[in-house]
Amino acid sequence: MGKFVAVTIVVIAIVSAIPILRHTWWMAEDISTHGAPIDEQMSETMAEAGISFLASQIILAYFIWRFSGSRPGEKVKHFPGGAKAMVWAAFLLVGTEVLALGVFGVKAWANIYFTPPAANAMPIQVQAGQFAFYFRYPGPDGTFGPLHADLINEGTQNFFGLDQDHDQDSKDDIVTAEMAIPVNREIHLLMHAKDVGHSFFVPELRVQQDFVPGLDVTLHFTATKIGRYEIVCTQLCGLGHYNMKAYLNVKSQPDFDDWLKKQAALQ
Amino acid sequence: MHDMSHAQAAHHEPTGFIRKHVFSLDHKVIGKQYYGLALAAVLIGMFLSWLMRIHLGWTNYPIPGLELLSKNGAPGNVMTPEFYLQLMTMHATIMVFFVLTTAPFAAFGNYFLPIQVGAEDMPFPHFNMMSFWVTFVGFLVLVSSFFVPDGPTLGGWTQYAPLSAVGKVSGPGQGLGVVLWATSIAIFCVGQLLGSLNFITTTLDMRTRGMSMWRLPLSAWAWFITSVMGLTAFAVLMPACILLILDHVAGTSFFVPSNLVINDQLQPHSGGSTLLWQHLFWFFGHPEVYIAIVPGMGIVSHVLVTNMRKPLLSHRVVVYSMGALAVLSYMVYGHHMFLSGMNPVSSLAFSFPTLVITIPSTILVLMWLGSLYGAKLRINSASLFSLGFISMFISGGVSGFFLAQPSTDIMLHATYFVVGHFHMVMGVAAMFGIFAGTYFWFPKMFGRMMNETLGKLHFWLSFVGTYCIFMPSTILEWPETYAVTRRLWTTTHSR
Repeated sequence: MGKFVAVTIVVIAIVSAIPILRHTWWMAEDISTHGAPIDEQMSETMAEAGISFLASQIILAYFIWRFSGSRPGEKVKHFPGGAKAMVWAAFLLVGTEVLALGVFGVKAWANIYFTPPAANAMPIQVQAGQFAFYFRYPGPDGTFGPLHADLINEGTQNFFGLDQDHDQDSKDDIVTAEMAIPVNREIHLLMHAKDVGHSFFVPELRVQQDFVPGLDVTLHFTATKIGRYEIVCTQLCGLGHYNMKAYLNVKSQPDFDDWLKKQAALQ
Repeated sequence: MHDMSHAQAAHHEPTGFIRKHVFSLDHKVIGKQYYGLALAAVLIGMFLSWLMRIHLGWTNYPIPGLELLSKNGAPGNVMTPEFYLQLMTMHATIMVFFVLTTAPFAAFGNYFLPIQVGAEDMPFPHFNMMSFWVTFVGFLVLVSSFFVPDGPTLGGWTQYAPLSAVGKVSGPGQGLGVVLWATSIAIFCVGQLLGSLNFITTTLDMRTRGMSMWRLPLSAWAWFITSVMGLTAFAVLMPACILLILDHVAGTSFFVPSNLVINDQLQPHSGGSTLLWQHLFWFFGHPEVYIAIVPGMGIVSHVLVTNMRKPLLSHRVVVYSMGALAVLSYMVYGHHMFLSGMNPVSSLAFSFPTLVITIPSTILVLMWLGSLYGAKLRINSASLFSLGFISMFISGGVSGFFLAQPSTDIMLHATYFVVGHFHMVMGVAAMFGIFAGTYFWFPKMFGRMMNETLGKLHFWLSFVGTYCIFMPSTILEWPETYAVTRRLWTTTHSR
């Protein structure tokens, strides 16, 4: 039975590795300016994890094949080099691998989180609440009006709690249920949670970030391809979590300007 | 170290049925009780996962009899979104706490640790009895939440605040369901703290003459290391649960900030921190992964030594590696929070130890592989599950590379990739450790042999079945055109 176990392990390892090696299933197309290092990091990690996975499973299978059963007359043997060689191998091979992944990974992360948004980045506020996203554009004055939690009322469609009668900065704010952005323009996303924790995930944009109630989080990114992409909530937020999504429309600058004008007229 | 005369004095002869089988002070009986509890829990937990998987396969189709389980949760036998989340939360909570912690650590440890160190019993038998009964009560409290009006909590086993802390306004089961969940876990923590104290003292102070620490079997070392982790990890989770209960019943706001609006109503809370819960939870939560898996490592090492008919490549290196895992487990917990909104520098700080923890894990795998070299490996149910454990630990372990780095975690966080990863590396691997221990020690515990043919059938169904379920979860649900995110009643992605 040992040999059968060995063959099974090899078959499982190879069948598992084929789709990985062939990239049969891979990530969605990258439409961001910051995504390339993430994809590179993913490929490097895949290579290292794939080699470790295949090598370990095949060695395990071979040793089970070779050393199972009674094999009369044969004496037990000890691994040449002993434990010391194994420990050194683990430190050198895995240590180098880990160090390389860690060091290179910093670059991809820093691109997103350690570089501030450009001064002319376009600010958009996104509010997450059970179970919808709403977006706010600052309007021609370029300034968002203050939020008043006590004024939030979905019945009157005051999703953000704006006081447009009294706050000058709020008067021209544009609130939408769909997100549109101009292509090749940096966006500064201001993330606000209305009630519980949510998340903002657009795989094509290579961004995923939690909304933290009580703490406003920001992100910045630039989309490079016109299209319609799905925004999904990935933080369990209640019974409607499965259905919490919105759309990101990446448009040309003229199309975006038209869209924003239409949205302003609807306010 | 204790001498034998004292150890013998600690032995308690049962005096009647209640004392012998129910409120027993005997570590062997308590070990069996823990095993029975884990067995009941795993049957319930497994049943819940069947319901979830059947629902995911045939969403909107009735599951005959489901209405009996919850009238509100399954009108017309069709699972509602909230009931799906409630089943998911209960599946995870039952499995992590009452199976993966209870069986490999508390059940086998109670039965075999005193035997292995040469003690007659644990040093504090009353604490030992209490630890089981407290755990049992914790289990009853958890299961009782199925029978309260809104049903159990739907917030997931991580119970992230403020969803878990604002009360029933945030959804069905988020009122009394959360209070029962937090009460159950706080009670469970008390049981584990009492158990850990006993395990540590037994190992350090009850060893018989000549039984030095380095002579302890690897399973005893694993239980000792796990109990040290348990003492510190559960000591953090318990107060966190108490604070969560207070947010519900005493009007406090430990985990709820101000200006939250739910159903157009401004919530009467202020000053709390949602990230505080995550830090407290994961400071427990990541060591918990090792609390579940380290006993399995010890059991598998123990079983392999017997069945390879030769010692491990290095006893000490295995002990040091398990110890390194325990220490590092406290330094890596933040990798669950890379995208939580905590300082992005912290994400990098948590990433490095997470990658470094690969080194002791690799050393352990190499120790097992190197020991197999030149062995005369006996294939039986116990050794098969031990070999399956190694294979599963490798598969789950390498998938951890992706989740250890913040930049790659962006694409995989909260997807089925994570589900595949943790089920293989700490769920099923730990279960294989439990199975290996069961086949190996059953004759000692119950005085009869198990059926080898059925045992081998059990292995093949489990081994191939696990790979068929969780390898696709890891690979096939890779974020292709869109990521398949987890905890969804149904996938509503438009593409």
